[in-house]
Amino acid sequence: MLLQISEPGQSPDPHQRRVAVGIDLGTTHSLVAAVRHGVAECLPDAQGRTLLPSAVRITAQGRVVGHDALAAQVQAVGEVVTSFKRLMGRGLGDVPQPERLPYRLLAAQGMVSVETDHGVFSPVQLSAEVLAVLRQRAEDTFDSTLYGAVITVPAYFDDAQRQATKDAAQLAGINVLRLINEPTAAAIAYGLDEGSEGLYAIFDLGGGTFDVSVLRLQRGLFEVLATAGNTQLGGDDYDMALLDWLISQHQLDASTWDASQRSAWMRQARRCKEALSEGQPSASMLTPSGEVLRQVTLNDFAQVTAALTQATLQSVRQALKDAQVSPQDINGVVMVGGSTRMPSVRQAVAQLFGTDPLTNLNPDEVVALGAARQAHQLAGYAGDDNVLLLDVTPLTLGLETMGGVVEPIVPRNSTLPIAKAQEFTTFQDGQTALALHVVQGERDMASDCRSLARFELRGIPPMAAGAARIRVTFTVDADGLLQVEALEQTSGTAARVEVKPSYGLSDDELARMLQDGFNQAQHDKQARALAQVQVDAKRLVQATHSALEQDGALLPEAQRHALYQLANDLAAQAESATDAVVLEQAVKQLNQATEDFAAQRMNQTIGQALSGQHVESIK
Amino acid sequence: MNLADNDFALFQLPLQFSLDQSSLERARHALQLRCHPDRFVGQGEAAQRLAMQWSVRINEAYARLRSPLSRAVYLCQLAGQDPQQTGSAAMPAELLMQHMQWRERLDEAQGQAGALQTLHDEVQSDQQRRWHEVAEALDSQPPQAQRAAEQVRALMFVEKLMAEISQQQEATA
Repeated sequence: MLLQISEPGQSPDPHQRRVAVGIDLGTTHSLVAAVRHGVAECLPDAQGRTLLPSAVRITAQGRVVGHDALAAQVQAVGEVVTSFKRLMGRGLGDVPQPERLPYRLLAAQGMVSVETDHGVFSPVQLSAEVLAVLRQRAEDTFDSTLYGAVITVPAYFDDAQRQATKDAAQLAGINVLRLINEPTAAAIAYGLDEGSEGLYAIFDLGGGTFDVSVLRLQRGLFEVLATAGNTQLGGDDYDMALLDWLISQHQLDASTWDASQRSAWMRQARRCKEALSEGQPSASMLTPSGEVLRQVTLNDFAQVTAALTQATLQSVRQALKDAQVSPQDINGVVMVGGSTRMPSVRQAVAQLFGTDPLTNLNPDEVVALGAARQAHQLAGYAGDDNVLLLDVTPLTLGLETMGGVVEPIVPRNSTLPIAKAQEFTTFQDGQTALALHVVQGERDMASDCRSLARFELRGIPPMAAGAARIRVTFTVDADGLLQVEALEQTSGTAARVEVKPSYGLSDDELARMLQDGFNQAQHDKQARALAQVQVDAKRLVQATHSALEQDGALLPEAQRHALYQLANDLAAQAESATDAVVLEQAVKQLNQATEDFAAQRMNQTIGQALSGQHVESIK
Repeated sequence: MNLADNDFALFQLPLQFSLDQSSLERARHALQLRCHPDRFVGQGEAAQRLAMQWSVRINEAYARLRSPLSRAVYLCQLAGQDPQQTGSAAMPAELLMQHMQWRERLDEAQGQAGALQTLHDEVQSDQQRRWHEVAEALDSQPPQAQRAAEQVRALMFVEKLMAEISQQQEATA
């Protein structure tokens, strides 16, 4: 296909289809959804199933993802990995009771790895396998390459976990439009349908994570006021609690179970829980060989899991307090996640808020549906329904100072994006370097918080103790991802460092993983890399054209002409390119050339925002 | 309008302490809807970076103006009287004594709802009196920044104490 080169005043084909999807990458299962004919819907696989179990089987021949992998869990225990979302961005010490998982964990640089019978894999790689299957499903459905995706993460995911999720998407060849929080996505799915305004609480209990968010919905704006939760609490824990109780009630000798037996018992416990969640007053707990161990009543189940439910309510109270609202102020409570089907959980939530929670959307699908709407909008559709999301930082970000005490820089529940700076100084005469340790968490001591990154600011000119002025800036973008910069201000020479969190993968690691023969042949990957840059280039050309059309009058004639020329050159180059790196360079050039113009447009936008004028009336 | 404008100019609000909360909300809303990076997806790095800068700036200004304490501190700073710059030496001895006495009473009142309530009411009335004075000083013509800064400095302590009293009360309830 030839790309049409536009003359000034003419825009490229506006009907070029952009396939943008929402992906819910869950602990137990994942989904992909898209807006079709104005309605968000989950995309089914060839068998008509929308849920894809987040399970990967590694065999000597290759990888299997989803239902078939899950089905093999008992018979091929050393080949199947599930619940790896709980390992994303986590070190070995962060995983509670690793011995209870049906697979072995290894400490690896930055993040744990999973040992299977056929090799060692990072949770990022396993997540990428799931994402790649969903990407394929979307591309098959629309018979088109994917423009981009909005991927959801638990609101309570810290920086390392978010970075790991983004890395997985990159590994799966997906352009991430935004990471959004699962509860926020659920609110979009509900809010847009019902045009509701007011305060909402989103209670999201998934397979492995729990979080709660308090949102304020106004016309055109969804604002998260506070969020709280626990990334290590979910439906899996209810299964374990039930199993633990049965073990003690029936004196089962769990210490002799191997991984496959343990996994078989866990499946039976989950089945029993699911039966109870369907509204029966009691359900049979079977042994792995299918005999009835005992009848479990709803009441039994509620009691043995009461501590878990209480823990969720504790987080709800915290979120309400941080949002400075009381349970009575809440206009509605939205339940998200398959685990909110448990009657005991619904009752507890209803009691706390004094109102029945909203459950009219499928709790398994609601997050993906909301993400799909957001993706649709970010891809440039849905003019008047445009809704802006303002999310918050889930945890306080800070720096370790003398004595291991944390100096908070960005408090939790700060609206994103945010930048905060603080000044530090040297404490020794002639000190030329300063070690910085970035942490995340609510505790006073750095050793009790999550360590995100360590770096050194070098090249400080020798001065008396306390004379240096080192300004450390934390920037958190709309996705919740952090960047830290340190700058010594008294010396003319600015020493500056930018860090990526230590749990994030370095570009080298990503490149290596991409080369590790990841479900695709080598030339495929190069072609994909080129295709991606081509998409970027065309996108930029289109954006530049429409910017020039709208606001070209801001520029002198010669400059306007030069930009048209550059954009048209890039369009031609994108068409004939064979090398991703060369094309990338050209994209960068146009980006730089448009910088001034972008600044002028932004200033104009700001001026208009408050005066209520529209672009059209300025011309 | 540019990034370096003061928070009030940014939202086109009068440079004064008393604030119409809904005007602030509306202005922030209007600006974020136009400037947020989500409005510039696929429009190139330059546009993204600028949007990020503006969006950060709007959030910063909004957070600062919304809270009365940070708004008062900011107005004092704009008038060249930074309440945070001066050390504890600038704290009048009389206030220091009062504060220490309140702290002692808070320690003694642990777990006693009645005593906590008495202390709460007393500190609250002091707090209200000071807020009243801050508002008067900052919004008089011309503004009396130095007088306001003294009260703001005291309020930074009083607000912290109030938070601790409320926390104790919650723990006792």
